[in-house]
Amino acid sequence: MRLFLRLLARNRLALAGAVVLGFVVLLVLMTPVLPLAEPNITNTADRFQRPFTPGHLLGTDHLGRDLLSRLLWGTRLSLAVGFSAAVIAATIGAAIGIVAGYFGGRTDNLIMRGVDMLMAFPYILLALAIVAALGPGLMNALIAVAAVNVPFFARNIRGITVGIAHKEFVDAAKLSGMGHGRIILSEILPNVLPVIVIAMSTTVGWMILETAGLSFLGLGSQPPQADLGSMLGEARAALITSPHTSVVPGVMILIIVMSINLLGDGVRDALDPRLRSGALTRPMAATLVDRDSVPEPSGDGILTLDGIETQFHVGDRIYRAVGGVSLSVGPGECLGLIGESGSGKSVTALSIMGLVASPPGVITGGAARYRGRDLIGMPYRELRRLRGDRIAYIFQDPLATLHPLYRVGDQLAEAIRCHHAIGRAEAHDRAIELLKSVRIPNPESRARSYPHEMSGGMRQRVGIAMALANDPDVIIADEPTTALDVTVQAQILSLLNDLRRDRGLAIVFITHDFGVVAQLCDRVAVMYAGRIVEEGPTAEILARPAHPYTSRLIDCVPELGGGRRELAAIPGLPPSVDDLPAGCAFAPRCDKKQSSCAVGEVALKPRDGRAVRCLYPDWRPA
Amino acid sequence: MGSYILKRLLSAIPVLLGITIIVFAIMAMIPGDPATAILGSYATPENVEKLNRDLGLDKPAAARYFIWLGNMLTGDFGQSFALNRPVIHEVLERFSATLVLAGTAFVLCCFFGILAGVVSASRQYGLADKAITFAVLLGISIPSFFLGMMMILLFAVSLKWLPVSGMYAIYGGGDLWDLLKHLAMPATALAVVATGVIARLSRSAMLEVLRQDFIRTARAKGVSEHRVIWGHALRAAMVSIIPVLGIQAGFVLSGAVYIEIVFQWPGVGRMLVDAILKRDILLVQGGVVLVAACYVIFNIMVDVAQSLLDPRIKT
Ligand code: SF4
Repeated sequence: MRLFLRLLARNRLALAGAVVLGFVVLLVLMTPVLPLAEPNITNTADRFQRPFTPGHLLGTDHLGRDLLSRLLWGTRLSLAVGFSAAVIAATIGAAIGIVAGYFGGRTDNLIMRGVDMLMAFPYILLALAIVAALGPGLMNALIAVAAVNVPFFARNIRGITVGIAHKEFVDAAKLSGMGHGRIILSEILPNVLPVIVIAMSTTVGWMILETAGLSFLGLGSQPPQADLGSMLGEARAALITSPHTSVVPGVMILIIVMSINLLGDGVRDALDPRLRSGALTRPMAATLVDRDSVPEPSGDGILTLDGIETQFHVGDRIYRAVGGVSLSVGPGECLGLIGESGSGKSVTALSIMGLVASPPGVITGGAARYRGRDLIGMPYRELRRLRGDRIAYIFQDPLATLHPLYRVGDQLAEAIRCHHAIGRAEAHDRAIELLKSVRIPNPESRARSYPHEMSGGMRQRVGIAMALANDPDVIIADEPTTALDVTVQAQILSLLNDLRRDRGLAIVFITHDFGVVAQLCDRVAVMYAGRIVEEGPTAEILARPAHPYTSRLIDCVPELGGGRRELAAIPGLPPSVDDLPAGCAFAPRCDKKQSSCAVGEVALKPRDGRAVRCLYPDWRPA
Repeated sequence: MGSYILKRLLSAIPVLLGITIIVFAIMAMIPGDPATAILGSYATPENVEKLNRDLGLDKPAAARYFIWLGNMLTGDFGQSFALNRPVIHEVLERFSATLVLAGTAFVLCCFFGILAGVVSASRQYGLADKAITFAVLLGISIPSFFLGMMMILLFAVSLKWLPVSGMYAIYGGGDLWDLLKHLAMPATALAVVATGVIARLSRSAMLEVLRQDFIRTARAKGVSEHRVIWGHALRAAMVSIIPVLGIQAGFVLSGAVYIEIVFQWPGVGRMLVDAILKRDILLVQGGVVLVAACYVIFNIMVDVAQSLLDPRIKT
């Protein structure tokens, strides 16, 4: 609760809404004791006085009644009716929803049918029908507005209750012999209460508008009593001659509803944990770059990374996902980038073409050069021209990475048409050729499929075909086989292997699996906590790992070329990248660590075509 | 696809029946008897009794319901006593005027709502986003009838650009241009709230979609940002926007009642309010049932549109 209030207070708009609403509420609470004219005393001699006439701050209406007084009394009435309607609707709706959701089965079915039926009405029809039956009057308008909002609450609350009704604590309560009533009150209600509050805070503004509307139509409060709606309704006849009589109540409704909406949004944001973390930020077209200097080129490959640093800025915290990674691949070469999840290997790969989600990602240092041109900080237009054309990606889990609503043929054709001005038909033919080249049977009919209609292996082939669409020089494959079973994985790997032989592709292959590395990669770089800890030719590293982490990784592989492997066998967890230990990042999990390991940076030291970041590496003779 | 539409239409039958039951049940709650209301309080008891018999009101409620339902199925919605003409004629005539108004407003709110939502999302936290967010807040907080009145003051009274009210000019007019001039203010006033709601929802739907992996794929392919937003992202976001369009259609239809009163638009909403004040029960019943039925059909069309858009929905 304290957290909730703090979050609410941090939201400045919600706070403004709360202040305004609080002021209005205070004003109407004090109305009976304020020195105001009687709201219902008519004085036809003083009709339609303009605002700021002496004695009538806001002027008078068509019967010479003091507008300020009527405004405050009307506001009092409108607020009372609106809030009562909200409370009634929420209570009844929540009760119905909880019963339906808790008991489920036939009860649920019956109730929800009825609710759906009520929701099939445009709400005003139902409200009008109710008022027609009960007769015009403020009380009846209140009932009508509450009634039309009941289905909304019932449906929302039922959804939440269904989720809770099958939780263990409810089962436990049932087993302990608690009655349904007590379970609902003690176990269910506390859990749905926040949802009820959210739903109420977002609808109470509506309900005030709706009651005002019914009064405006003459179906709500009856003269001489007036709420804001009927004040507007009465003033409408004199709209053109005395607009102030309309403006006064109208603006009041606007102020009230607006402040309630502001507050309601604040309440929702504070109670809804998904929005709270600020998760709903959209990634921009390219990752933000904020680096002080551009390092000199080091390698001479077709793609060379020099000290890439990528961070995630979340609130006040900085996560150093990638802390200075340098790599190089040449044509026809395959470089494996291996590490546990969270080691920064994927972020490294995505940084190359500015595909790290930003916000929160920021590239804070280093360079990534393709044929000598720095991709980091390249103008977006140029970067886009290289994306998918010269450097292409293959992603993990193509069910999520292919567009679910486009046919795969169209997605392939689009990849080509982004970079080549060719016609639709020609692009389509090319797409079918591509599907053929990744050994998809019946490419013509497959091109018309949607991703969800294909098997995982087929989808991944589509992903590869898409990467090949423009005959790129470099392919960056981010765990392309992780989601697949062993046979399909082997097929995909051999496909990639053939492609790089035939087309001279440079491949950066990201994986957590040394078995896969052994099959495909010429060289391998091992990443840990955002840095490379060991690098060298695959065969040598596999035979004689020098870094303790590498040898652990290799030990995890039961048998090269075997099935799926996890890295869970390494005791301990990788350090959180917002809280790296001083010295060697692997020290907490290392069984060879000495006291000197925790003092100062450990550098990546080259030796015999390999490199290792360890003070006590295990150099074994060949 | 055809069988899917058929299935949805069949599933609408119980809903429509339910609507008639609800309407009838509400109307049956009316205290006092309608015959007195029709004849006025000076009617003799014999006359009241005779009329009750003529109207079938001496029968039990269930029997009356089935008679009413049966008549409706043959297209006979009864006679409006206040207007002294068949309910169906009056309702259809008025409803067509409402459709012009609400339909225009619906098109406006879909177009501008989605447009504003997408622009807002694609420039999240930018100036455009903030301006749109504020405008949306204002839009969903202002009572449409008040907005309509203020528009009359500004555009009809002060600037004299547009006619104050009505659907056509009384003298001359009657052509499309005349209709459009009369339509401009009420349709706009009616669209404002729904535009705000749709814009809000579109924004959050877009933000949700823009974080998905397939958007990253599109960018990795080199798709231009313009196409990423208006093609890939909007297409996917429409899946969650379309159902809300259906709901908003109901709100537009509802809001039309106020707007029709403010702008003297000869629509079904104004008719219903008048009928309620005059206790013209058959007219209220018939009007509510017909409008609700149209709304149900419209929502089926929304579902069909949804299934056309999203191949993952089993049809
Ligand atoms: S530097 Fe020390 S702690 Fe780090 S891996 Fe080497 S031996 Fe282990």
